[in-house]
Amino acid sequence: MKEQLLKLKTEALNQLKECNNNADIEKVRIHFLGKKGQLTAILRSMGSLSPEERPEIGKIANEVRTTIEEEIQSMKEEVHRKESVERIKSETLDITMPGRIPEIGRRHPLMKVKEELESVFMRMGYDVISGPEIETVQNNFDDLNTPYDHPSRDWSDTFYISDDLVLRTHTSPVEIRVMKEAVKAGKLPIRMVSTGRTFRFDDVDDTHSPMFHQMECLVVDKGVTMANLKDSIDQFVKELFGTSVKTRFRPHNFPFTEPSAEVDVSCHICMGKGCPACNGTGWSMELLGCGMTHPNVLRNCGIDPEIYSGYAFGMGIDRVAMVKYGIPNIRLLFENDVRFLKQF
Amino acid sequence: MLVPIKWMKEYVDINVDDKTLADQLTLTGSHVDAVIDYNKEVKNVVTGKILEIKKHPNADKLSVTKVDINEGEPLQIITGATNIKKGDIVPLALEGAELPIGLKIKKTNFRGLASYGMMVSYEELGFEDKVIPKEAKDGIIILPKDTPLGRDIKEVLDLTGSALEVEVTFNRPDCLNIVGMARETAATLGTKFKFPEIKITNEEGDIRDYLNGVEIEDEDLCSRFYARVIKDIKIGPSPLWMQRTLMDAGMRPINNIVDVTNYVMLELGQPLHAYDLEKLEGRKLIARRAKKGEKITTIDEVERTLDEDMLVIADAVNPACIAGVMGGYDSEISENTKIMVLETANFNPKSVRETSKKLGLRSEASARNEKPMGYVMCEIASNRACQLIEMIGAGTVVGGYLEAGKSQYEPPVVTMRPHRANALLGAEIPVAHMLNSLNSLEIESVYDGEKITSRIPYFRTDIEQEADLIEEVGRLYGFENIESKPLRGSTRVGRKSELRMLEDEMKSILCGMGLYEITTYSFISPKAYDSICIPQDSPLRNYVKILNPLGEDFSSMRTTLIPNMMEVVQRNSNRGVEEAKLYEVGSIFIPKDQPVREEPIEKLKLCIGMYGNYDFFDLKGIIEGMLFRFGIKSVIKPLTENPTFHPGRTAALYVNEELIGIYGEASPQVSDNYDLDHRVYLAELDVEKILKYKNTEWKYEPLPKYPSMVRDIAVVVKDEVLAGEMEEAIKAVNPYLIESVKLFDVYKGEHIEKGYKSTAFSVTYRNKERTLKEKEVEKIHEKVLQVLEKKFGAKLRQE
Repeated sequence: MKEQLLKLKTEALNQLKECNNNADIEKVRIHFLGKKGQLTAILRSMGSLSPEERPEIGKIANEVRTTIEEEIQSMKEEVHRKESVERIKSETLDITMPGRIPEIGRRHPLMKVKEELESVFMRMGYDVISGPEIETVQNNFDDLNTPYDHPSRDWSDTFYISDDLVLRTHTSPVEIRVMKEAVKAGKLPIRMVSTGRTFRFDDVDDTHSPMFHQMECLVVDKGVTMANLKDSIDQFVKELFGTSVKTRFRPHNFPFTEPSAEVDVSCHICMGKGCPACNGTGWSMELLGCGMTHPNVLRNCGIDPEIYSGYAFGMGIDRVAMVKYGIPNIRLLFENDVRFLKQF
Repeated sequence: MLVPIKWMKEYVDINVDDKTLADQLTLTGSHVDAVIDYNKEVKNVVTGKILEIKKHPNADKLSVTKVDINEGEPLQIITGATNIKKGDIVPLALEGAELPIGLKIKKTNFRGLASYGMMVSYEELGFEDKVIPKEAKDGIIILPKDTPLGRDIKEVLDLTGSALEVEVTFNRPDCLNIVGMARETAATLGTKFKFPEIKITNEEGDIRDYLNGVEIEDEDLCSRFYARVIKDIKIGPSPLWMQRTLMDAGMRPINNIVDVTNYVMLELGQPLHAYDLEKLEGRKLIARRAKKGEKITTIDEVERTLDEDMLVIADAVNPACIAGVMGGYDSEISENTKIMVLETANFNPKSVRETSKKLGLRSEASARNEKPMGYVMCEIASNRACQLIEMIGAGTVVGGYLEAGKSQYEPPVVTMRPHRANALLGAEIPVAHMLNSLNSLEIESVYDGEKITSRIPYFRTDIEQEADLIEEVGRLYGFENIESKPLRGSTRVGRKSELRMLEDEMKSILCGMGLYEITTYSFISPKAYDSICIPQDSPLRNYVKILNPLGEDFSSMRTTLIPNMMEVVQRNSNRGVEEAKLYEVGSIFIPKDQPVREEPIEKLKLCIGMYGNYDFFDLKGIIEGMLFRFGIKSVIKPLTENPTFHPGRTAALYVNEELIGIYGEASPQVSDNYDLDHRVYLAELDVEKILKYKNTEWKYEPLPKYPSMVRDIAVVVKDEVLAGEMEEAIKAVNPYLIESVKLFDVYKGEHIEKGYKSTAFSVTYRNKERTLKEKEVEKIHEKVLQVLEKKFGAKLRQE
């Protein structure tokens, strides 16, 4: 029986040597080690052995099984290794073929600019406040110290809903709301920005639209100065357009601020050297209007101008977006052509 | 406003070049938009006298002339001009001449006769049509009789210099004239300003012998009326210098009297009006409200109907002028006028503005009268005009004047605390500098060691309080010279409202899911409600109406975002864009009353629109995915009665029984209305309600420790059975052990009876506390089948 076992071992190992895939190996395994396999058959016949022979033959039988099993295992590993090499060889991709990009939509360019502006100011500690698009004449004009005969009140300038309601012509009425609210709640000082839709009686052309967007900024505190206003604007202009941009403060007139100024930024094309785009001035069109909050406006909101002062500024978001993205025509912003929207 | 620098130099010393002047004025607040160069490219054009004019033998429309240019033989010039006559002095472009319109003059043959040059018009010298004198409009420039011959036309017409195009701000009407700008320039440059010296040399007679009186009936509309009389009027062209000055300032010369009034208006800012005295009934002028329906024919020969809100200057019977706006045709100065009344007055700016608007009449005069003006100027301007009329020999000034209304000017006093000015500006401007600035603006100011006291001159109607003086001091000091200083105060975190944060997050989610944001107008056409098939009695048709829209198509504040979305879909589709997924977050406007008096309610809505290779379930997935991110559990119900939507493919979305939105396929009718072949998927959700139900207090839940078991079940049910309800029913069999139910197949066709469908669910079982046993799962799974059989008449699918 011992010989039988050793012969079986040699036979199995020989057969295994012939194998080069898992199926053949498995056949060999079943042939020798399976339930009906040869080794099993031998082991079953062990009952005919004498009690003295059994331990010895049993030991040999186990050794034979282990040897065969180990060889099968190593053969399997070898086959797997070979297969892996083969697979790697045969699986080269043309990695220059296009990837499948999951579609990510885009924010509207105006909203991108609006959110960027808001986030700049939030980082500087300003609250972001919203206001209604339909405003009272009182908030939109009266409390902002707009003279009763100011042309901006004309029907040819402003959309009216009733004698007392208009489509807001600027985001400045949000200042009035915030100041009155702050006084009521005893929550001065104020640092706020507000962005949103604004409306003026303008026919649509390349640079005009009856609806456009503005951002408003207001600070009210004790000891706020024009020097502070300049600093804030400088900071934010640098944040928005980069540090190489210069600003120029030009005296102007707005009913709700005094002194008032318009701010020009150096031409983004020639960087201030003068070029046809800026009429050789080196300054591009005015970026924003600003000034120290008019004492009448503070008074209208119940704030004592002897104790508090404030500054405010407002700017058109549409134009900033157009400059920033090089959009030549304001109509493009409101047409919403998907091929346009995909660009930003 | 157009400011010829040459003209301004008569009143102020300018010691810098034009560009520097423009920059400096800009920095003190007179924004110079452009410097217009008047130096014209004119070469070799000289003055010549026409000695003879003959008909061209071979051409009917041409004349053969001889022109003397005071050098050599007279030149033969062939011309088609019709406004010339023998003895006229004209500009002649000689051989080799160059004209600014790009013309070069050569010797030319006209039907056999040589022409050695060309007579020149203002147009050919590069003048704009609107400033060319009437009589020179369609012809050659006829120069004054005393013009020397052979002179360079550049010199004769003074074709030099430049003008500033200045943007004058609303608060500074005093700068809407040359003298005012000269005053600003002096203060800006620190140079000397001189007001024109006004002196009439010869006055004859007494005004009372000519004019019976002037009266103001309505003092609220007219605060001062001032009249002088000029006799022996000789209407003719004004002198060349005056014509050219007006032209450079953008105004067309008309005749000597009109030109003088225009000249004074441009110089001093005070509009003047001249009446033919002999045409005035009762020889008097009354400033009074018009009677209702009263009529006047204005100088543009249009009959205007007036009302009681309008001020007229009337004679004893009829209106002779719409005050401050336009004169009457009947009393207008004509070639036959011998005696005239010169009116200067101070009208209520608002009334002028409203009158001019109501009549649709705007003039240079009305534009100025719409702004507040000191009434002191009436007298000054009137005398200045008399002086000029006398000077150019257009008439003789009659002695005296008649006036009504205010005449004494008591300058208001405003004080300013220098420390307050510096505190507000954040600067350290010395008091001396402040005083100097104010005085250079002719605001008489003194300092008493504590405050500056200023007497406000008549022309500065804008200065009423301390802040106004601070502005003057600040702008002349130069905002550029104020050093930036950071804000002081405690640092704080900027905040955004919850609604805004939700809106931002919503946009991020939607963009992440491949949607593009659009921005459309807040107003729409009322017809849009028809286009999206809104029923006549729907509250959506109760909209806020704009009283003065840009047009009917922009007259309704939107009550839904869908029409704009449909338009954008339509536009993209028409332009060949094959598919699009779009959204807009915007307000709708709901009136509280009609006609609207109260502030309407503004509600933030989210609208989604998609077309192309998408279906209902793409849209549903987007909405469910978004709501899931906000922790909102919603239920939907089929919505069959909204005509905007397809009745079989639309869902109403509820949270806690509250409707928060609608989504589904646009009805075929709506697609047709927008000429779309595509199916369009639309959603409109209430953003504030999403905020209300948002629950993103995320908390950790332990990960499952024990394995799950998955069993599939396929049943056949009638078509109309809703998958969602089956899903709910399966879950309800054992909410504790059934972790999830997923529909994975719906099949109709072969092997399935018509009117039925096979619906296959995959059910995941899990016990959170121990490993499930095969048998207990089998038992529940059987129960699932029983429930489906009982509730939905389902049969296990056999195969």
